[in-house]
Amino acid sequence: MTAPAYPKTWRRPPQILANRRIRIAIQIGVLIYLVLAVGSIEVNWLRVFEGLERGQRFVMGFLSPDFTSRWRDIQQGLVESLTMTLTSTVIGVALSIPIGIGGARNMVPRPVYLVCRSIIAVSRALQEIIVAIFLVAMFGFGPFAGFLTLTFATIGFIGKLLADEIEEIDASQVEAIRATGATWPQLLVYAVQPQVMPRIIGLSLYRLDINFRESAVIGIVGAGGIGATLNTAIDRYEYDSAGAILLIIIAIVMVAEYSSSYLRKFLQ
Amino acid sequence: MSTPAHIPPVWMRRTSRQSLLLWLGWLALVALFVWCWQVMTQSTIWAFVLDAPDQAADIGSRMLPPEWGYLPELMLPLWDTLNIATLGTVGGVIMAVPVAFLAARNTTPSATFLRPVALFIIVASRSINSLIWALLLVAIIGPGLLAGIIAIALRSIGFVGKLLYEAIEETDARQIEAITATGAGPAQVLTYGIVPQIMPSFWGISVFRWDINIRESTILGLVGAGGLGLKMNASLAVLAWDQITVILLLILGTVVLSEALSAKLRKAII
Repeated sequence: MTAPAYPKTWRRPPQILANRRIRIAIQIGVLIYLVLAVGSIEVNWLRVFEGLERGQRFVMGFLSPDFTSRWRDIQQGLVESLTMTLTSTVIGVALSIPIGIGGARNMVPRPVYLVCRSIIAVSRALQEIIVAIFLVAMFGFGPFAGFLTLTFATIGFIGKLLADEIEEIDASQVEAIRATGATWPQLLVYAVQPQVMPRIIGLSLYRLDINFRESAVIGIVGAGGIGATLNTAIDRYEYDSAGAILLIIIAIVMVAEYSSSYLRKFLQ
Repeated sequence: MSTPAHIPPVWMRRTSRQSLLLWLGWLALVALFVWCWQVMTQSTIWAFVLDAPDQAADIGSRMLPPEWGYLPELMLPLWDTLNIATLGTVGGVIMAVPVAFLAARNTTPSATFLRPVALFIIVASRSINSLIWALLLVAIIGPGLLAGIIAIALRSIGFVGKLLYEAIEETDARQIEAITATGAGPAQVLTYGIVPQIMPSFWGISVFRWDINIRESTILGLVGAGGLGLKMNASLAVLAWDQITVILLLILGTVVLSEALSAKLRKAII
């Protein structure tokens, strides 16, 4: 009796796509796309070559940042950014709590649900920077437009996550409170709020972190904050000041990220 | 039967000490908020703020009806935008993979020296928005698609790197041990022990980032890095609000489509 002929060598089976034909077709498609896409980039190599010297200056500026000569501008930008971040997070969270409750299917009648969910969808679909352009056109330059932009973005973010969270709460606790004869507001305070409070706090801290990061960007279109200072520094080719601003942004983001993750762990 | 003395006759949710602390906490938050509000609005010109509803009505009336004749002109910038996002994602992922392997605790060659460097790269890339990267790169290598692609790539390193190194750290150690037990070298352990385990999350993360990048690349042109944003900037400069409506609707459509596509792809992968 002879043993069946086992293959002498082992080949690793394909990982994602098992069908060989589809795999080859996708590979060819990707190749064609890459050729077309790379072909459509027009690069002015002379300009790139000239720019390299500037790039080197930027790297040098990053390595030896200049905090002092523009310190007043940097300080003002930072104060604007930080105050904008805090106020917009507080107002945004305060506004998004009713909208989040209204967006939870298990808490409200259907028309209210639809209205709240569409508010959330609009706020999430529009990018901060585009909202900022419009609000700057309406409210004028400065941190007030930035504050409104960040508030608007916060509503969509917290509202959506809070609504999803409320939809997933333990229904038996709600039923138990309802069985005591509680009214709708009492139901919110004693059945829903204890279940979602840790999440609200965690999300607010996370959003605080995001809002600071965004406040560095919306300044580019005139909404105040450290982004405006950075934009000015780059326009003036003052790369050492720009490097200093970027380092400050990175440092604050790092501190915010670590302390918010620490706080969230502590609260849960 | 009477209730024991230490239980108050009326049920309270919190002890008086807890409610005092809670009240103080709220007071501090409100005080901080009021203070920040005053600092922030010091230089606000309230006349402009009060004027806002009129401005909004004015802009709204200029935005409608949309100038649909502008749409064909936007097709080339749309193609550019898609290229910025896709090529940027490819570049970012290629750079992120080695960083992720250096940052993961179980694959890093040196935990004391290389791992902190990799983690710093990840944090630095994550904390600077792609628009700021684009602003820098346009100043350095000049306006155009290339600046946008590099900006997207640099921004993607942190996101992909962070999620990927977490996936590497969560790999099953027994499978790696089994491969090691066959006498495989480090490179073989990597290809046969670790890579198959992280492949699904790798594709999932890349597609997810591609979807985010589409969203971000639509606005990169505002600072001169090509694509739809460039057209938007041009229309903004001449206050052609009816053209801006068309651009915004196009951006919205692209974002919704790419989001649906990415959700479908990720469902198929995982």
